[in-house]
Parts: sequence; C-alpha cells; structure tokens
Amino acid sequence: MNVIQPIRGKSKPPAATLGLVDVDIHPRMKKPTDLNPWLSKRWQEHLETYGIRARHGFVGGQPPFPKAQPLACRRDAWPPGGGTPASDLDFLRFQLLDQYGVDVGVLNPLQPSGQGDNNNEFSAALAHAVNEWQLEAWLRKEPRLRGSVVVPYDDGPASAREIEKRAGDPNFCQVLMMSRTAEPAGKSRYWPIYEAAEAAGLPVAFHAFGYSGWAMTNGGWPSFYTEEVSEHAVSAQNQVVSLVVEGVFERFPKLKVVMIECGFAWVPNVAWRLDQHWKQLRGEVPHLRKKPSEYIRDNIWFSTQPMEDPERPEHLLDIMSWIGWDKILFASDYPHWDFDDPLLALSGAISAEKRRDIYGGNAIKLYGL
Amino acid sequence: MLHGQRGIIDVDVHPVVPNMAALTPYMDEYWRDQVVERGINTIASQNYPPNAPKTARADWKQASKVTDLQAQLLDPWGVEMAICTPLYGTQMVMNADMARAFTRALNDWTRAEWLDRDSRLRASIVLPMHDAEHAVEEIERLAPDKRFVQAQVLVMGETPAGKRQHWPVYQACVKHGLPLAIHAGSCFRNPVTSVGWPSWYLEEYSAQAQGFQSTLGSLITEGVLSKFPELKIVLLESGVTWLMPFLYRLQKTWKGTRFEIPWVDRPPIELVRDQVRLSCQPFDAPPDVVPRVLDMLGNDDMLMWASDWPHWQYDGDEAIPPGMPEALLPKLMRGNALATYTRLREGVTA
Repeated sequence: MNVIQPIRGKSKPPAATLGLVDVDIHPRMKKPTDLNPWLSKRWQEHLETYGIRARHGFVGGQPPFPKAQPLACRRDAWPPGGGTPASDLDFLRFQLLDQYGVDVGVLNPLQPSGQGDNNNEFSAALAHAVNEWQLEAWLRKEPRLRGSVVVPYDDGPASAREIEKRAGDPNFCQVLMMSRTAEPAGKSRYWPIYEAAEAAGLPVAFHAFGYSGWAMTNGGWPSFYTEEVSEHAVSAQNQVVSLVVEGVFERFPKLKVVMIECGFAWVPNVAWRLDQHWKQLRGEVPHLRKKPSEYIRDNIWFSTQPMEDPERPEHLLDIMSWIGWDKILFASDYPHWDFDDPLLALSGAISAEKRRDIYGGNAIKLYGL
Repeated sequence: MLHGQRGIIDVDVHPVVPNMAALTPYMDEYWRDQVVERGINTIASQNYPPNAPKTARADWKQASKVTDLQAQLLDPWGVEMAICTPLYGTQMVMNADMARAFTRALNDWTRAEWLDRDSRLRASIVLPMHDAEHAVEEIERLAPDKRFVQAQVLVMGETPAGKRQHWPVYQACVKHGLPLAIHAGSCFRNPVTSVGWPSWYLEEYSAQAQGFQSTLGSLITEGVLSKFPELKIVLLESGVTWLMPFLYRLQKTWKGTRFEIPWVDRPPIELVRDQVRLSCQPFDAPPDVVPRVLDMLGNDDMLMWASDWPHWQYDGDEAIPPGMPEALLPKLMRGNALATYTRLREGVTA
C-alpha cells in the first residue's frame, strides 16, 4: 500500500530459503524514443504521429479510468536522479532487488508496449522493439532479471514468430499477454502463440490489464477505477474458462499458463462451477477428456499480488490449499501503489515450508531457474 | 416432503412460455396485430436454448402449464409457496415500446395462468429495463396485487445495474416493499464475457457467475446499497460460491481507493450481508467443501432454497445441495425467504 515508511535495513524474508523470486516487476522506458533503435523509420514516425491507439478512445493509451495515483505508482518510487518509477536500473536495484534480496525478478513491460493496439502490424513492431529494449536496458546489465517475450497477441502468427526468435535465449523466461484480449484467449486465433510457447518451453503469462474493445463487464461499462481494478479478476476468470473449455490444454498438454496480478481466490469456485455444469453439458464438449478442474490444476499457475483479503486468515489457507500450494508464485508488482512488501506479504498463518515454496521454490521449478 | 422440512418455500421456478400465441391474449390490438402480421412466433431467450440439457431436466420437459408444476414439484415435495420467475425474452427485444408491451403481456400471462390457478404461487414483476419510466410503470401497475412479491431483471443488462439511470426503479421497489431479484441471463447488448463472445454454451453458462460479480460490484460502488438501505437484492441462479472471493478483492480495493466512492461508508462485505440474498441452486461446490464455504459466508440468513424448476441442476429429489448441514435447513427452506419477502409473510399460515 501507498504508505511512506522509514527505510529498513536490507533483508530477505526468512522463509525464502530456496530463494526469492518476484514474478511481477514493471520496467518503464526513460523516454518515448527509447524504442527507436529497434523501430523502422516508418514505425518511428507512426508512433510519433498517431501514438498508441488502444481500444478505449484516449490518446497515448491514457487510461479511461484515471488511476488512484500518478502512473499507479508508489509515491516513493520516483528515482532521485529523475525519470519515472522503475525506469532506472540502479534505483530498482536499491529499492527492490538489494533491499529484499530478490534472487530473480521477472520483468513484465506494460504500455507503451503496443499490446492490444488497433494496428496489429504496429503492435508487432513495438513488441519486437520492447524485447530488444529489455535485453539492452535491463537483462544484459543485471543477471538477477529475466524478461518476458512481449507479443502482439491479437496476431497469432506474428506472435509465434517473435517467440521463435527468443526461443533458447535464457534472458527470457516466459511469453507475456494481457488478460483482456480481443477474443477469449482459448480461441483458435491464439493457438499459434501456445504452440510456439510450448515448443520453446516458455510458460505463457497473462498479466491483468489491456482493453479488449468490449465493455469491461458483461453487463456494460462500469464507472469507477475501483471497479476496473476488481474487474481484472473477473476477466481473468473468463480467460481461464476459455482456455480450458476450448481444449487448449488437450491440444498443447505441456503448455504452462501463469495468471499474473489477477488475484486467485476465485480459482476454486471457477473450477467447481465448470465441473458442476460440465456434468450436464459435457455432451457439447467431447474434446475435453478430463474434468475441467483438472486442466486448471495441471496447467495453470497464479501469482500472489494483489492477494484477496479474507476476514479470517484460515480462509486464505482454505483457498490456497484448494488451488494447490505448488501453484502459487510470489509477486510484488513493483513499482505500483499496491506493491506487496516481500517481508509482509505472506501471512504467518502459512507454514514456513509453504511460504518457502511461494517465495521461490514454485517459480524455480516452473521457470527452470 | 424434502428432508423432513415442512412449509418449504421455493424462490425460483420458471414457468415456460410455449410461444408468442400464448401471450397475445394479454396484448392490446396494436401489439396483437404486430405479432401476427410480422410473424413473431417466438422470442425464447438464447440464455436457455430450448433443447439444451441445462434448460430442462429429462423428466421436467413439460413446464408450460401450472398442472406441470403441480405434478412435478408442488405436490410431491409439499411446497407451501413458490415464486415464479419467467425467463422468456420479452424484455430483451431491441424496441423499447415492444419490450414494454411484451413484458406487460408476460406478467399478465403469469398472473392469469399461474397465480390465479394455484394459491401456492407468487410471482416476480419482470421489468422492461430499456427505460426506467417503463420499469417503474410496470411496478406501479402490478404492485397492488400482493401476489407479486419482487421485481426481476437479468444479471447482464445493457449498462451496469448500479448506474444512476436505474435508481428510480430501486426507489419504486423500496416504496412497495419489493426485493429486486437479479436472475442469471444476458440481454445480449454486450458479449457474455468482457473479452468477447465464447464458443461454447458451457462457457456462456459459466459466465453468469462473472456477471453476478460485476453487477454486485456496480450496485455497491455506485452506492445503491448505501442509498437504499431497505432494498433487498436477491441473486437467483448465481452459483453462490463466487461471492466471498469476489468481495475479498473488492473490499481490499475499496480500502485503498474509497476516496473515489466516499458514499460507500461501510465495508462492502457488511453491506452485502445486510442486503443481499441468494438462491442456493445451483451451488457451485463439491459437498466436502460446503461447510468451509458457508463458514466464509459467515451468515445463516443469506441463502434461500430454490428448485430452479425445470432447469437441470440435480437429479431426482436431490434438490438440496449435498453437504448442506441439517441445522441450516429450516432457515434455508423457509425462514430466510419469509424474512426477505415481506409479502410472503402476509400469506403464511403460522
């Protein structure tokens, strides 16, 4: 939360004996032209002239629901040397990596990454540039960081080509999509992404956000940022349902999916609902050869931040145990305002062994770190 | 009798309109002509494709006459009262005037062919929601008949339920002591998921649970629950188990962003426990976790029993979700409905 605290001494969570892996860090560019070295003249001019055109109507991807904080960031995350939060590697080291002893941090670049832009070709050009920028500005300079392969997800074949370019590069540990795609994520237009990711041995992460072009709820557009933030968890449910029911995991059984910043308390009830109604409706989906919940259990991982906050801690334990202790990954969401402090994020009600796995053990296995 | 419970109250039974010809006697001449001249044979809703397994149990395929309900449900299970919640697509048509006329006919059909033929039955005032004026007019028209015990809308509307444009409807509900029932279903103005149209009906049916989350979120954040503390919201056929996990997220967000919606001056979970009730069919959970789910709900007053007739949620007389503790049954199957619906209490023998 956005509370200014005295600077503490450096320390790693004591339970993180297998290492501390933060699966959600958001690097920013210092200036809009940072991507130019990897953009053709044509796309540089396009970016300069028309900017990012997301499916919501505001210039430059400015959000239609104004954030609760400038750039949705912690007030103390602006680097003393200037620039925006998480645009300065040294300050990110100081405030996050060194402060908490992060062993591995996974970068998830958000806008201006071009994901979800109206123009697929431009989106593909930007995604490629963002990946090169990750290598140049972050990954080659800091061995604790890993990148995500940003893909122009609404163009399946172009996304697959970008994944193939990065396959085998140990700097990248996953493919990155946003949770609000133009169509449900299980649809066949996205299968080239899953095929390429499975072949490259890279998990596919869905990070909360993006604008599908459709209303943000299935009953129309809400009014408030408070709703927008909560609705991420709702859209993510639809994506999990789509991936399962379309048979993506039958087609790509080794595919690993990671839901990042989507919350997780909803996972059990979504799985139960699918199983419950599959009993009467399974004749419609003969391509599913297991109970729907089994695909979720076998193929999908979930990050912690923002963790739902039950009234009593034992209910959080119930939920985590229903999901599976091996499927939950620690995330801080640095530098955003709702950052989870690694030292405080995981309740002491969770046993030290399970905290150890959530802090690092599960991610080490998932990503092969 | 179900589980030895007497005087049970069923809060969700669906009389099925067989075709438009059944409704034309309840229309004025202009709309009757429209139906005939334009060849409008049916406006059954895609929310429940007529032949889909979910839409009707094999032994409940006949559900368009009160005698069907009597023979299949009311008599064998000893139901004392049942609330009719018709789901024909009358209010879904795009023409607001047509929706108003068709919905009016639907409500009059329910009254004449169901309520007048069995004194155990109560009904919902189905609302045409294109225009708040039309919805209020329908409430005012039917509220004097105390057998109408609530107003009814679909969970996925054209705009979120909490938006201020709908508030006159809620004011009218409060005025007449009518809970607002929100039933599974879309009016198909928006895709049934916020990421577009899914391929399979299984996805679409699952998406009702997402619709309930967004709708409840809207009612809370826009301030409907705070502005109308007497208003009861009844969520029908929602699946139930999405509720607390969603509120755990919403309430946490509210702690950080409540400056944006200062009229929400109590924790959302408290508001919901005071004002929101849910029917318990379907109940999306395996039996072994039901006690833990109820523990999260943290309140014995919120769940009401429903058969969901004729939808296929269970077989035989397994109408109480497996895993429900026996001690909860008196409230679940009678007490909570009586506490929720003032108008039901008026028709109860001791």
